[in-house]
Amino acid sequence: MKLLEFLRGERKKTASVAKERLQIIVAHQRSQRDQPDYMPMLERELLEVIRRYVKVDQDAINISLDRDEDCSVLELNVTLPRT
Amino acid sequence: MAKIIVVTSGKGGVGKTTSAAAIATGLALRGKKTVVIDFDVGLRNLDLIMGCERRVVYDLVNVIQGEAGLNQALIRDKRVDNLHILPASQTRDKDALTSEGVEKILDMLGKDFDYIICDSPAGIERGAQLAMYFADEAVVVTNPEVSSVRDSDRILGLLGSKTRRAERNQDPVKEHLLITRYNPSRVDDGDMLNLDDIQEILAIDLLGLIPESEAVLRASNQGIPVTHDAKSDAGQAYTDTVSRLLGEDVPLRFHEFQKKGLLSRMFGGGRR
Repeated sequence: MKLLEFLRGERKKTASVAKERLQIIVAHQRSQRDQPDYMPMLERELLEVIRRYVKVDQDAINISLDRDEDCSVLELNVTLPRT
Repeated sequence: MAKIIVVTSGKGGVGKTTSAAAIATGLALRGKKTVVIDFDVGLRNLDLIMGCERRVVYDLVNVIQGEAGLNQALIRDKRVDNLHILPASQTRDKDALTSEGVEKILDMLGKDFDYIICDSPAGIERGAQLAMYFADEAVVVTNPEVSSVRDSDRILGLLGSKTRRAERNQDPVKEHLLITRYNPSRVDDGDMLNLDDIQEILAIDLLGLIPESEAVLRASNQGIPVTHDAKSDAGQAYTDTVSRLLGEDVPLRFHEFQKKGLLSRMFGGGRR
């Protein structure tokens, strides 16, 4: 069987590709599940403000909202380019 | 008090109406007084799948707007005694559904029935949200296919936040996974997500697995829910699903690929 696969030119099963893609997108969806509706907008505007001063990429900014029992923490991570 | 079960999926065409009809039929065959409601206002189809399209006089919206009594709109199933259908409106738009109206109807039905099955429209708009809002349990219909699994996850998010149980901080809606159109041969080839993968990604308990089956199209052609086709794989799989919904422990079937023997390959397999 192994030899056969080798001769055919080994190919990754499409189902496992589907699984990997789903795991990533579903994890992303779930992280957004409990966040307030204004979060995407807030993220965009914060990025805009930062970009006014420093040149950063879209993915250089990471924003998350963690909720504890009596308070929420808005965490903002920006990777600044080396100057 | 009746148990309210929504059959939902997010994505269209995965087998919600087929499943709602089959599950409602199965529950009624088990002696439970069951009503199945079509929430797809504007695009009703449950009546066709149940084979009562020519007996629709009044519909859900007529009852909500007080143009007809509930008993005038309920259609008694021809084949099973304990089964009724409440069709959706074909002419109105989906805004005709109101939360208060739906609640009132469910309250009235709850006095007479053991199970209320809500057949949700596709999408996550008003109709779909109203179909799930009052639910005690949810059957999330999923195909082994990326877009369906992703949409099911979205629906699970809504079940956990946009339902009466969630808003009132009651016990959460009990979520069940129903995998449909499963093709064990393609799973075996590695070209279809297998049931363990789907379950792992969605992380809810598996209620049933319906194999891709010729019996489903035969059933909808005739307007006879596939549960009645007791010889078919899909019919038996839905019967198993209903048993599990009733709390019975039934082993999973039809999920493993049976390699065809030489004889059946030569003469063709039996009727599926």
